[in-house]
Amino acid sequence: MLDHLAARVNGDANLVRRGKHVTTTFLIAIDNADHLVSVAEGRITAIRPGPFITPNYSFALRASRDSWEKLWSPTPLPGFTDVFALVKKKLLRIEGDLHPFMSNLLYFKGVLAAGKAAA
Amino acid sequence: MSPRFEPAIGRYLHLDLLGRPHRLYVEEAGQGIPLLCLHTAGSDGRQYRGLLNDERITKNYRVIVFDMPWHGKSSPPAGWENEEYRLTSRDYVRMILEISAALELDRPVVMGCSIGGRIVLHLAHEHPEKFRAIVGLESSPKVDPYYDTSWLHRPDVHGGEVSAGIVSGLVAPTAPDEGRWETLWHYMQSGPGVFKGDLYFYMIDGDISDKLDHIDARRCPLYLLTGEYDYSCTTEGTLEVARRTGAQATIMKDLGHFPMSENPEKFIGYLLPVLEEIRTARKANAA
Repeated sequence: MLDHLAARVNGDANLVRRGKHVTTTFLIAIDNADHLVSVAEGRITAIRPGPFITPNYSFALRASRDSWEKLWSPTPLPGFTDVFALVKKKLLRIEGDLHPFMSNLLYFKGVLAAGKAAA
Repeated sequence: MSPRFEPAIGRYLHLDLLGRPHRLYVEEAGQGIPLLCLHTAGSDGRQYRGLLNDERITKNYRVIVFDMPWHGKSSPPAGWENEEYRLTSRDYVRMILEISAALELDRPVVMGCSIGGRIVLHLAHEHPEKFRAIVGLESSPKVDPYYDTSWLHRPDVHGGEVSAGIVSGLVAPTAPDEGRWETLWHYMQSGPGVFKGDLYFYMIDGDISDKLDHIDARRCPLYLLTGEYDYSCTTEGTLEVARRTGAQATIMKDLGHFPMSENPEKFIGYLLPVLEEIRTARKANAA
């Protein structure tokens, strides 16, 4: 599901600009499959699939495959249009040190939007 | 493009509000039935510029939009630096009544969105006789917190950026980019802690669940318009309000939490029949 994420983010100059102060590694969990996404100055430098014994990351976004698919639908249904919509429905958890996420929220929402399936 | 002015007039109103001198920014356009508009939490009256500029509305309605104290071009009251801003149901109701009285409005139609859509339910409960009709946009009886609002006001996070980031998902995915980003720009310009202070009303103090059954839409016509993509004030919440009050509810396609600013043209298409019904009912009553 994350195959094209790095190319889409790094190919979006405005998104990279918005994230120019972001250098961190965060975790995306799809069901039980963990992925570590490393970002340097707004560009995704690596996406490493787990499993990991001691994953080192700042924050994690955990949801079922079904929830991610709904969020990443080209035309998401009402109630599935945003990570906070899923949080409100208790379908997605945001854990860990939230500071990088919250202080660059529009950037990370842009990164997640880049995960959308092509329409 | 040749230069042009919009028809809206903006002025500063000095008045005593909640027992303290205030300086409020008020815009208006049009003539006829007063339509007092209430903006969302952490934003300001610019959200209603689509209405102020639409002749289909302003030919029959005097559209009036004020920036709440602490918001937009309205100042916080003197001494604000020594207090934490926190909106309560009691103060919000008083504020609207006192502003309406200061402007000498004769039983206006009041229309509010989000926190405004909630407070109009309080007005319908406590003061239905003071209004010709009440229009709630994105109205719900309560919203349980779904994120930690302390992120909205701390020195190591940009308050404007995080506020815009929080609400960005509430704009319908089908909204035009211009409306989406103008809506977010208003949030980016909010004063420190103001959005958080408004959310005290929205998520804690303003819960009206236990009073809904005492609201009677026959005492003051109550209309509810909610965007289908709003996951904060949900369509289910709006329909519950309608069921328990007798309000007329419409779920608006392709709209989210900020209908009047994210997609004004689409929203006005839903609003015009409501305003026409209010106007026609007024004429019928006068006959």
